Amino acid sequence: MDVEILSRIQFAFTVSFHYIYPPLSIGLGLLMVLMEGLYLRTGDKQYEQMARFWTKIFALTFGIGVATGIVMEFEFGTNWATYSRYVGDVFGSALAAEGIFAFALESGFLGILLFGWNKVSPRVHFISTLGVWFGSMFSAVWIVVANSWQQTPAGYHIVGEGLDARAEITDFWAMVFNPSSIDRLLHVWVGAFLAGAFLVLSVHAYYLLRGRYVELSQKAFRIALVVAAVFSLSQLFTGHHSADGVAKNQPAKLAALEGHFDSLAAADMYVFGWVNKEKQQTTGLKVPGGLSFLVHYDFEAPVPGLNAFPENERPTAVNAIFQFYHLMVAIGLFLIALTLYAVFQWWRGKLFRQRWLLWVFVFAVLLPNIANQLGWFAAEMGRQPWVVYGLLRTSDALSAAVTANQVVFSLILFALIYTLLFALFLYLLDKKIKAGPENKEFIQERQRQEGIAEALRSKPGL
Amino acid sequence: MSTLFGIDYPTLWFLVVGGLFSGYAILDGFDLGAGALHLFFRKEESRRIALNAIGPVWDGNEVWLVIGGGALFAGFPVVYASLFSGMYIPFMLFLAFLIFRAVSIEFRSKEPMRWWRQMWDVSYSISSATLALLLGVVLGNVLLGMKIGPSQEYEGNWLEFLNPYALVVGLTTLALFTTHGALYLLMKTEGRLYAKLTILARRALGFFLISFAAATVYALVFLPHLTDRFREIPWLFVVPLLGFLSIANIPRLVSRHKYRMAFLFSSFTMAFMLLTVAIELYPVIIISTMDEAYSITIYNAASSDKSLGIMLTIAAIGAPLVLAYTAFVFWTFRGKVKLDETSY
Repeated sequence: MDVEILSRIQFAFTVSFHYIYPPLSIGLGLLMVLMEGLYLRTGDKQYEQMARFWTKIFALTFGIGVATGIVMEFEFGTNWATYSRYVGDVFGSALAAEGIFAFALESGFLGILLFGWNKVSPRVHFISTLGVWFGSMFSAVWIVVANSWQQTPAGYHIVGEGLDARAEITDFWAMVFNPSSIDRLLHVWVGAFLAGAFLVLSVHAYYLLRGRYVELSQKAFRIALVVAAVFSLSQLFTGHHSADGVAKNQPAKLAALEGHFDSLAAADMYVFGWVNKEKQQTTGLKVPGGLSFLVHYDFEAPVPGLNAFPENERPTAVNAIFQFYHLMVAIGLFLIALTLYAVFQWWRGKLFRQRWLLWVFVFAVLLPNIANQLGWFAAEMGRQPWVVYGLLRTSDALSAAVTANQVVFSLILFALIYTLLFALFLYLLDKKIKAGPENKEFIQERQRQEGIAEALRSKPGL
Repeated sequence: MSTLFGIDYPTLWFLVVGGLFSGYAILDGFDLGAGALHLFFRKEESRRIALNAIGPVWDGNEVWLVIGGGALFAGFPVVYASLFSGMYIPFMLFLAFLIFRAVSIEFRSKEPMRWWRQMWDVSYSISSATLALLLGVVLGNVLLGMKIGPSQEYEGNWLEFLNPYALVVGLTTLALFTTHGALYLLMKTEGRLYAKLTILARRALGFFLISFAAATVYALVFLPHLTDRFREIPWLFVVPLLGFLSIANIPRLVSRHKYRMAFLFSSFTMAFMLLTVAIELYPVIIISTMDEAYSITIYNAASSDKSLGIMLTIAAIGAPLVLAYTAFVFWTFRGKVKLDETSY
């Protein structure tokens, strides 16, 4: 395999692994803010207890998120040197802003969030939790701005030619508010809220099924259900807006998302299907003219198909992009149905009596996380063969000084480390969930130490 | 070319990047140093106290590296690209150890088994020490210069990275961080651990003085290009002189048990040493050992003035905020470490 495909695999692998954690942190951050806020408002100790419990899970996701996040920053330089030279001038200010406004804020206050429970007042602690959450939200802002600039470049001009060409910033705010950044940011944020909310739902549904911490879990479940229901619905709108933006700004990507080839025809919208790239055919269950309607509000209006673009400017993995996109949409719709049904049962006063529904929530935690990954796959693969849409090809963005063997080495290195990390993450998550909000670890540790002290007292000869 | 206070933007950004890396060395330097000493603490409680001494702050400290890297990428994309792609394997190893350092701290306390804790202790300590060493080795190579070709790409073999001078600078960095970490821990501990650290601090300091002398003599004898600047503009010699005085002050303060002041001076040492490096190199960042004309300077590597202007604005708004809440966090966790149920 050559350096290009290896570097792409490595970046995709490291960024996908990383992206398990930040959405959970952003989403859990919101839930922790709500729990602590309710504690401050009501003085109900159970809210504090659940906030403390989720802080511990948050520490785990945040820790791995930070550790795996710096990898991509380095990879820009190590694997994508030409890309770094090309975009540094534009991309740089977003990255600098991310570091100084977002990362410093979240990791600064993280210390107080995790270790400050007994050191500062509940109010100051709440402010620290807010600080960490805002920090995580800001980091999403800047990284999505930077990525959106790669999708829909704006506020720049090109200096130099051929190998020396690079983008220089001309208008900071035009770069920040490039045509896709707001839509995509909202979509990413809401996806993250769902990831966090469904983790809370899953764990507390499990406690309820096991009859543990019942009162506390019912409270936590309700908070998370409100968040999940509100944002499942919102995701429909942010998703629609994003798709609208793709139609305007990245027509080749849109055509790939729906497997649409013929340029002169109206475009269909599929519920599910299969794309045969050789025959240029997509088969499946569809709404005829659906995509035309989505874009033009007219079922018969033509939409540019993949054939409208030169062969070397089309995404190649059309079927994969199609499947990822449709699976994401299907998950989104399922989450809406699930949360609305649960809200309905809540309104009927039967929410916690339906064991099967709780079981569905136990496993539903996987869905928003899978959808978040799939959405990024579709977005990034749909941008190919460009790394900066219309400006810089992925194949031109590599490091000249790096050989395939070196990338194989680092890829194996990351594969080993991340497999280990993921296994440990699941193991520790499971352990923390089993330990529950009662903080058994601490109680056991104290008992153990008291036991030792007792033993020492009773045997003065030792 | 735009200027501010008569200084052009690339120079200003060079100072910003230098300031960020100095901040990183001073802050994460004590975390890495404490990590390097970790296995010298034999008792479980001592290890927990040492870990919790850096517990609430290490993550914020590491962020200085993320910001410093981002600032280098943003301001001097060519340096970022050539340095990182040229040193591919070392940077990948650096990342691996950075991940292990982070997760070892996080995972260690999650299980009570002896083998579990021992495993993460070893991983934590080796990672911390190797990170300190690698940082020094990168610095050594930057001082030495690299085989940069006409297209500003690295053209050497990655193994050249491990040359004697860079290794000596690496050991010096490890020794300085270890000293710095011991002094930090002395402020945060009491009792027998404190007593043990007084000995460890002395040994680390001795190790540092020897390796520092070796690195200095090596540079004076074999790397004359590093002293050119001071021959041209003699008054600049004040900076390394202040560095030497800071170093000389540390043993004096340590022998009087004034560890807080000693920590302050080990921080000064890092700042003055990095400033000395900056003066020696300026305006070059990566010296080409193939041809001086290929060297990467702050001018042929810099982003546009427009971009640098935006980033200087961002830095001017952000820096006071960062310093304010960093100070608040350190103040919240001031004093000796007391373990409670939220500790690692």
